[in-house]
Amino acid sequence: MNSHSFVDPRQTTPLLADEVVRLTDVHRRFRETVALDGISLSVRKGEIIGIIGRSGAGKSTLIRCLNGLERPDSGEIAIEGTRIDRLTESQLQPLRRRIGMIFQHFNLLSAKTVEANVALPLKIEGLAKAERLARAREMLDLVGLSDKAAAYPAQLSGGQKQRVGIARALAARPALLLSDEATSALDPETTRSILSLLKEINHKLGLTIILITHEMDVVRSIADRVAVIDAGRIVETGPVQSIFANPEAPITRRLLEGSRPRLPEHLVDRLRSDASRLVLGVDVSGDYAQRQLFTDLVDAFRQGANLVQGGVEHIQDRPMARIFLTLPAQDASLVEQVKFRLAAANARVEVLNHV
Amino acid sequence: MSDVMIELLISATWETLLMTFAAGFISLLAGLPLGLALVLTGKSGLCENLWANRILGSVINAFRSVPFIILLVALIPLTRFIVGTALGTWAAIVPLAIAATPYYARIAEVSLREVDRGLIEAVRAMGGNRWTIIREVLIPESLPGIVAGFTVTLVTLVGASAMAGAIGAGGLGDLAIRYGYQRFETGVMIAVVIVLIIMVCAIQWIGDRAVERLDRRQSTV
Repeated sequence: MNSHSFVDPRQTTPLLADEVVRLTDVHRRFRETVALDGISLSVRKGEIIGIIGRSGAGKSTLIRCLNGLERPDSGEIAIEGTRIDRLTESQLQPLRRRIGMIFQHFNLLSAKTVEANVALPLKIEGLAKAERLARAREMLDLVGLSDKAAAYPAQLSGGQKQRVGIARALAARPALLLSDEATSALDPETTRSILSLLKEINHKLGLTIILITHEMDVVRSIADRVAVIDAGRIVETGPVQSIFANPEAPITRRLLEGSRPRLPEHLVDRLRSDASRLVLGVDVSGDYAQRQLFTDLVDAFRQGANLVQGGVEHIQDRPMARIFLTLPAQDASLVEQVKFRLAAANARVEVLNHV
Repeated sequence: MSDVMIELLISATWETLLMTFAAGFISLLAGLPLGLALVLTGKSGLCENLWANRILGSVINAFRSVPFIILLVALIPLTRFIVGTALGTWAAIVPLAIAATPYYARIAEVSLREVDRGLIEAVRAMGGNRWTIIREVLIPESLPGIVAGFTVTLVTLVGASAMAGAIGAGGLGDLAIRYGYQRFETGVMIAVVIVLIIMVCAIQWIGDRAVERLDRRQSTV
């Protein structure tokens, strides 16, 4: 491997050529609270990785460790091959210019115009005024806010403020963009437009993006890969489709609940062990989910099965079905037959009780 | 009111304005850095140093707790050293500025402390150093509060300058005490009060307009 030239000699494992971020066994605690409990993670160039977890799971601490706003107690953090975990504040400053960051509450300076906000990272870098204003205009163009250059942040909507935040984060041509709950304060429609802007920037500039969120929908719509964090540990990581198709950790399932079809409330309330109809939850992905799944169930529907909730959706480009069926409980052979067929197609079948 | 009285009133007004603005200007120059130092050295400040913070805070509190009339007399040696005399309008500016500086430092501290920590974090995240944060975030973001606090300080100085008559500084307060109160000249008293009211209203009005122009935190579409 010819990449050893820029690897810190203290680095325990050789860095991959296109690795932008590497965390090795990172720990951080605040008094008695453990925020990070041995995080190891590697992020490749051009990738969008979603780090998801409930509030208090440690994701904010994690993302703040990546630009040195927070310091780990132990472990290694390398950005583009440079170890940053032991650097002083003034050594970190030039490195931070390689990392853009956007925030939940935008954090735009209220006393500066939109243009001056976007140009600020370049002012810090020491660029001449004409040069930084030209670059700021270019960035505002990219996020579609050229006409707001002279406005003040208070005059903008939430979505526009976040676009300015993105323009500012990208002004200094960073290698990495950190997104700290960037859409959590926005309404669903604005969230979608901000996410598609991030996706577009990722494509256009090949920019690596790490986003932390508590919303599975955010991960689903733009991330390539997801890492689920709980109590300071990464409990599950992998491509978004496979996490959605086969969530293994209980926390992942719980986080997924919000963004997947679920059993209607009135049926959940009636779930009992002695009722006449058995409720099944079925998850299956791939082409099977679009057609064969339903032809396999035709006989069952003829014999009294009901589809009570669910359907097919796409996670990135992969179809994925999640359906809830009820079957007459006394018809044991029908129940067995349905379970057998679905299991043969690698579907995950969950028996939920009776209604 | 006689022509002499009117002349006295005019010169007293000038003396009050001179004392207020000269002492105010000095307290701005000295108080703002002190307020900044309080915020920077305070808990989770940019240069956290709780010992320095406690000492600075105590000194400021000590100066603020001394009644102005006592300070006026106690500072006579210092005043004589700086101005060359312990009497007159210029001599009064020294104790007035020294009393107003810690007062203004505390007001500036409150405004500076109210700056959203997220903004400081954003500028740190883009690679800014402490100086950048002070220059681009702390001062500009708290400027409306800094100016509003300066207005309050000026108005307080208009009142405090009345006591400066004790060291022969003149001014409107002195005029009111000597002619209006001690010589029962009600006309002079009323005239002085009217001038003071106009002066305070004018300072407040100018301050408010300045804050309005500076404050970009609210939408003004």
